[in-house]
Amino acid sequence: MAIGVKVLRRPERQVSYVRAALKGMALTFKHMLQPKVTMQYPEEKSTGDARGQYTISPRWRGTHRMLSDEQGRTKCVACGLCPQICPANCIKLVPGEDEAGNRYPLIYEIDEFRCVFCGYCQEVCPEEAIHVGVHFENSEYSRDRFVYDLERLSSQVHPVSTLWDPSDPKGE
Amino acid sequence: MTAAEKGFLLLSIVKMIVIFTITMVGVALLTLMERKVSAWMQNRHGPNRVGWAGILQPAADGIKNIIKEETLPAEANLGIFMLAPALAFIPALLLGAVIPWAAPLRVNWDAHLPLIGAVSYHGLLSMAMTDLPVGFLFVLAISSLGVYGIALAGWSSNNKYSLLGGLRSSAQMISYEVAMGMSLIPVLLLTGNVTFQQIIQEQQHGLWFVLPLFLSFFLFLVAGFAETNRLPFDLPEAESELIAGYHTEYSAMKFSMFPIAEYTNMATVSAMVVTLFFGGWDIPFITWDQHGSGLATLATALFMFLKVLFFLFFFMWIRWTLPRFRYDQLMALGWKVMLPLALGYIMVTCLAIWGIEHLAGVTGLRIKMLILFGINLVLGYLVFFLLDRGHIMSGSYRASSNLDAGARRARAAA
Repeated sequence: MAIGVKVLRRPERQVSYVRAALKGMALTFKHMLQPKVTMQYPEEKSTGDARGQYTISPRWRGTHRMLSDEQGRTKCVACGLCPQICPANCIKLVPGEDEAGNRYPLIYEIDEFRCVFCGYCQEVCPEEAIHVGVHFENSEYSRDRFVYDLERLSSQVHPVSTLWDPSDPKGE
Repeated sequence: MTAAEKGFLLLSIVKMIVIFTITMVGVALLTLMERKVSAWMQNRHGPNRVGWAGILQPAADGIKNIIKEETLPAEANLGIFMLAPALAFIPALLLGAVIPWAAPLRVNWDAHLPLIGAVSYHGLLSMAMTDLPVGFLFVLAISSLGVYGIALAGWSSNNKYSLLGGLRSSAQMISYEVAMGMSLIPVLLLTGNVTFQQIIQEQQHGLWFVLPLFLSFFLFLVAGFAETNRLPFDLPEAESELIAGYHTEYSAMKFSMFPIAEYTNMATVSAMVVTLFFGGWDIPFITWDQHGSGLATLATALFMFLKVLFFLFFFMWIRWTLPRFRYDQLMALGWKVMLPLALGYIMVTCLAIWGIEHLAGVTGLRIKMLILFGINLVLGYLVFFLLDRGHIMSGSYRASSNLDAGARRARAAA
């Protein structure tokens, strides 16, 4: 006999159906009086900060943001690391250079349909320019609205992802 | 036609329209209530987007169902397929016709109407659509017609799941019909009459029959659940096994007919339970409601409504509490428990009534019923504490005891 038979513990005494049913009914009635747990979505939303009742993890990886420096210029130096590392090949970058020799992106587009939201672009970015964001409401009326250009990436204001838990950076 | 005949007809038509409208609107709202109750029992809110607290949800559902595409299975027997929803729906609506919904109203009415002419009505106006002398026999007869709709729907769909649902439904409804009829015989024994008016009157003068005939009430309620195919008896639908059972192939408004029939049946069974065992429209402890004033009619209608509403809630409460039976459990419960119990209860009630009247010589109605109540307490204890130890519904311990033996053998061999 190679196969072991797992036998669940059943009530030894013969139980009464009617009384068990009444017990169950008392339980369901108790649940009717308990507070409801449903989030009323369009009125209540999950937020990135921990103040609300419903929070998203700060490690959530949503649609991207491009950060700017104090002068309002994009931080991106068009080094080309993010299109290089992107596993979905969704970042389009054309670098440019001004008279002082500063590199900047002429074209920077992310196809959010292709993106797999791995967060590698944020991880690899030496200037901390491109970030994945804590954000989940992305619906649009047409497909081409999902290719985010530089202007759109810069104008987003949602919080950026921390990618890892700051209190436990090595994931232990 | 004389003025009195015209008056009778006119008032009957008015009653018909009122009861039909209230039933249809009520059934629509019942679907909302079902969803709300189920939501509350699962710590959810339920539908609350359409209208205030979701009150317009049934209207939205109705509009959706009317404008949806009707699909007809290619291999179905189309004539019967189209007929079946109506066959399920009509008996369900017919049943509302005989239940007295309020205290009779004393009417003195003489009028001259355009086109119709002189009409008059004098005397007590029954608040049932029609006061049939066959009373609850009519309900038993018509409610078993409902099985045709379901069985034919399952059969004509030409789909194995539908067929199984229809077969299950016919077996189940026929089995429980027997117990249902038997459970009502003690009521007949105590009243000596099958009309609803007489039964309600008897309960007004004595006690509500739920006390002296508790077991009868219990059996009727369980059989009522089985008759309406509600959980824990919803094997004809059984989503997990049969997709949707007998209405798998139905869509749009034809599908809607089945839920409407189910909810109407629920309302009828609730009204039956209330009328037979909870005094009907009777308001307890007072007598002014029996004298036929307009106020009494309104108050009793409200009271009847509240009682029926409680039982409708009870139906939903049970549905969202208990899991579905296995099919063999269902049949065993119907034939091996309910029927013998009902038959035995008839014997006991017969003997008790005979003993009380002839041996003890008690004549007072209320005292007679109190003595019966005492007997029922003893019987209730016997049934729910001694008989109901794994007999009413044998749990999985039986199967597991076999498994135990197998495991023991396995251990011994190893």
